[in-house]
Amino acid sequence: MMIITKTLDAKGLACPMPIIRTKKAIDTINSGEVLEVLVTDKGALNDFKAWAAAGGHSIVEQKEEAGVLYFYIQKA
Amino acid sequence: MSVNKWTAADVARYVIENKQLFILDVRNKDAFEDWKIEGHQFQYLNIPYFDLLDGVEEILEQIPTDYDVLVVCAKEGSSIMVAEMLAEAGRHVAYLAGGMKAWSMYLEPIKVGNLNGGGELYQFVRLGKGCLSYMVISEGEAAIIDAVRFTEVFTKFAEEKGVKIKHVFDTHLHADHISGGRHIANETGATYYLPPKDAEEVVFDYTPLTDQLTVKIGSSEIEVGALYSPGHTIGSTSFVVDGKYLLTGDILFIDSIGRPDLAGLAEDWVGDLRETLYRRYRELANHLVVLPAHFMIIDELNEDGTVARRLGDLFVENHGLNVLDEEVFRKMVTDGLPPQPNAYQEIRQVNMGKITPTNDEQTEMEIGPNRCAVR
Repeated sequence: MMIITKTLDAKGLACPMPIIRTKKAIDTINSGEVLEVLVTDKGALNDFKAWAAAGGHSIVEQKEEAGVLYFYIQKA
Repeated sequence: MSVNKWTAADVARYVIENKQLFILDVRNKDAFEDWKIEGHQFQYLNIPYFDLLDGVEEILEQIPTDYDVLVVCAKEGSSIMVAEMLAEAGRHVAYLAGGMKAWSMYLEPIKVGNLNGGGELYQFVRLGKGCLSYMVISEGEAAIIDAVRFTEVFTKFAEEKGVKIKHVFDTHLHADHISGGRHIANETGATYYLPPKDAEEVVFDYTPLTDQLTVKIGSSEIEVGALYSPGHTIGSTSFVVDGKYLLTGDILFIDSIGRPDLAGLAEDWVGDLRETLYRRYRELANHLVVLPAHFMIIDELNEDGTVARRLGDLFVENHGLNVLDEEVFRKMVTDGLPPQPNAYQEIRQVNMGKITPTNDEQTEMEIGPNRCAVR
């Protein structure tokens, strides 16, 4: 079972805000901990992958439920 | 420094007038490599916006001060952010309102030429997607061929010209973009034509577009005549307009030819494609000016922004018309094809009337280049 250290609700926010908020949130957790992010902007799908890869973070799980994208990002 | 806001129409002027422009594209690398704003004299720098959250100092050196600089992203939010950061750093830059989404949707109407008795032919160039639509105008009447889904562009244009839209044609069932044809026909009371062989699964009424069908635009002599020319799809049909122009749909482009695989039947249709390009078209007059439904690369644009070339010239210059060996031709159009257009199967379903996505969903489906050709 994955332990979620922190949850960021970025629903309703348009690009670039979801990534900006996510970057700030990831700065507040420790390496190896998991951040949960909720987003409704569909453009986020590719941006989160590319952003995480660039920073060395891993997206350990992602899903879509009722129009909301959930990302689980483990900090590098 | 302040940030300027450019519309897609502003960018289109730079493309058509051959101007220099420096584009800072802040989408992620995959999106940029897949599809970008093409211009004859454009330079590019692609840095994803999320790499610039801590500041733009590191890229300032790479951004020229003697060119116009335009920041571009998918919708516009990130480009505004980056443009403002650059402005704070003392740079004079602009962003593209609506981003690539707006670019994908923008249509530029350009007059191709005059027809008999005061008639006119217009090409609607969708620069961001490479789609070309046409309007034939004569004596208060109009025919539209291969309209894209922004129906109001065509209905408004007809209104400005004081003409009534009487006939709306699709040369084939499109797989790369959503047709506006039947919607324009519904709004205006015009007749909507589709080749019956492409329309077996459609769920709406249409008038069959059959070989040799001819309609007159206005009361004078301007004829739009159909020529069955299968190969891209089994129903693909070309038009000869006023004995001067050959509208080839997705069968023949300026620098490439149509691909036969988007309905899943490349092997079956390659023979038809060969027959159309190497026999049917050969019987036509060399002086006809070819007007395709797409362009793939910016080099296919003429100096005035139109996409048009004499058929006789294409017989000499277009590689796809000069593969003498049938087996080589067969291999070329069935093996190693480029990736298929984004969401092409869903787009076909929309064009058959089977699904009706929201406007936003339609925009998403049409993102990216058209990829209807084999080069």
